[in-house]
Amino acid sequence: MGLFLLKRLLTLFVTLAGASVVVFLVLEVLPGDAAQMLMGPDASPDTVQALASKLGLDRPPLERYLHWMSGMVKGDLGLSYTYGSSVRELILERMTVTLPLAVMAMLLTTMLALCAGLYAASRHNRWSDVGLMGLSQVGIAVPNFWFAILLILLFSVHLQWFSAGGFPGWEEDPVQALKSLLLPAISLAVVQASILARITRSAVLDVLREDFVRTARAKGLSPRATLWGHVLRNAMIPVVTVMGLQFANLLAGTIVVENVFYLPGLGRLVFQSIANRDVIVVRNCVMFMASMVIVVNFFVDVLYAVIDPRIKASDI
Amino acid sequence: MSFYSRALKHRSFMLGALLTLLVIFAASLSLLWTPWSPFEIDMAAKLQEPSLRHWLGTDPFGRDISTLLLVGARNSILVGVIAVSIGLSIGTGLGLLAAARRGWVEELIMRLADFSFAFPAVLSAIMMTAVFGAGIVNAIIAIGIFNIPTFARITRASANSVWAREFVLAARACGKGPWHITMDHVLPNIASVLIVQATIQFALAILAEAALSYLGLGTQPPQPSWGRMLAEAQTLLFQAPMLAVYPGVAIAMTVLGLNLLGDGLRDLMDPRLARKR
Repeated sequence: MGLFLLKRLLTLFVTLAGASVVVFLVLEVLPGDAAQMLMGPDASPDTVQALASKLGLDRPPLERYLHWMSGMVKGDLGLSYTYGSSVRELILERMTVTLPLAVMAMLLTTMLALCAGLYAASRHNRWSDVGLMGLSQVGIAVPNFWFAILLILLFSVHLQWFSAGGFPGWEEDPVQALKSLLLPAISLAVVQASILARITRSAVLDVLREDFVRTARAKGLSPRATLWGHVLRNAMIPVVTVMGLQFANLLAGTIVVENVFYLPGLGRLVFQSIANRDVIVVRNCVMFMASMVIVVNFFVDVLYAVIDPRIKASDI
Repeated sequence: MSFYSRALKHRSFMLGALLTLLVIFAASLSLLWTPWSPFEIDMAAKLQEPSLRHWLGTDPFGRDISTLLLVGARNSILVGVIAVSIGLSIGTGLGLLAAARRGWVEELIMRLADFSFAFPAVLSAIMMTAVFGAGIVNAIIAIGIFNIPTFARITRASANSVWAREFVLAARACGKGPWHITMDHVLPNIASVLIVQATIQFALAILAEAALSYLGLGTQPPQPSWGRMLAEAQTLLFQAPMLAVYPGVAIAMTVLGLNLLGDGLRDLMDPRLARKR
């Protein structure tokens, strides 16, 4: 396990470093003059120069990159040009919305997908299986932001149970805050759960054909005990893989859905920063999101080894 | 049974083919004829209910919704075709190279493919927008780049299994080089896998374009796009709720059609997989 973890950790750091180089190259070197970009095309050369030296943008790219990296290690991401506050504080503040949203969506996804997938597999080729899988095809085809708008139409405009958007803040009213994240989480979860339910169903069906399942049944275990005790754990590998890959989609989804519901999360911060030409915030937000995807995939890799001990032996 | 008779019996494939043809027909029709002009603003006719004059009503600028949907289909298909072509050509090329050369070339290409998963299409589009400004070309490039690793992975995995086959060994024994083996034996044998994947990526590209246009990062006004229509409709949910329904139905139907088509093609081209579904 030690060597396996070490190898995975090394890959993690190399990938993170690679991502930082890509983000830096695309957002800082490609545009040429970052200060000019911040000030807009009409700014006078003097003001651009003043800003460039204030933000350290007139230094050579390698020096700027190393400065950014050393700042990141120390937890100092620099100052936002438009907000005037520390980028770290900004991201942390916005994460109090995005993180609960992503976690709620992931929990809903897992619950819906496992229930639907297991149920469909246990009713293989019956009407309920065919119906559920048909529904999941529709679920995959529906864009999450459209589903979000439909939810607003039904629950906010028609029934008036929920507000159509906005976020009251956790200190003000925690219950209301949680409630305002519910519709966004559902709209994210339905699409993801449709994909995951199909994967769960086919993984469970594959395992059900294995010899050890027949042995377990022949030994006198009930279908339910076989399912929970033997089938589920073995079917989890493809399910966990897809869940890891889905996290990237989920994160991309939160960017869109936060904009549908006007939630002050990371997704909206990126958008406002693009509009404000605040490269420093955009750069750090993009890096932060890419890092989250990379780190989640690292944990998925490690989780495989926990679920299936054969993997680490073959991997070394 | 021949491919065609099996295809005719495959219900979800037929439904997928029908929906896809419908969208292609709508897009082609919009090139020749639309009920109204998609760009002409007529404030006197704004937010009308569906009627014989305007089949699905009008938007807040008095533009005919059915016309906008038809032109939107053209836009979606265009984005899908270009984005998938970028991914297919570069990704397949890299995948074939990885399978033919093995060793460090394969390792490098595959690690790069793994790595690019950290940047979902929306995230790379955000980066491109921050640098080059919002626009449909940047959106297409971002979606296309996102397609490359998917095609590279699937090509390499399928190509590796072809390289291990005996007829490739025979070809090598005859003195054929890696380039000729790749073009004559590997590519034709993995074409079906690539076609299926291209169909699915096409659907994903349409979803991504819709999301980007909804966010204002994709198609720019006045060019009609389904995603942008939804963004405009969201501001009028109380006055004209149906405006937020039509474009979504169009996107969902197109994506559903392409997904069913892709799944159906996979079943039909490889009957061994069909039992799982």
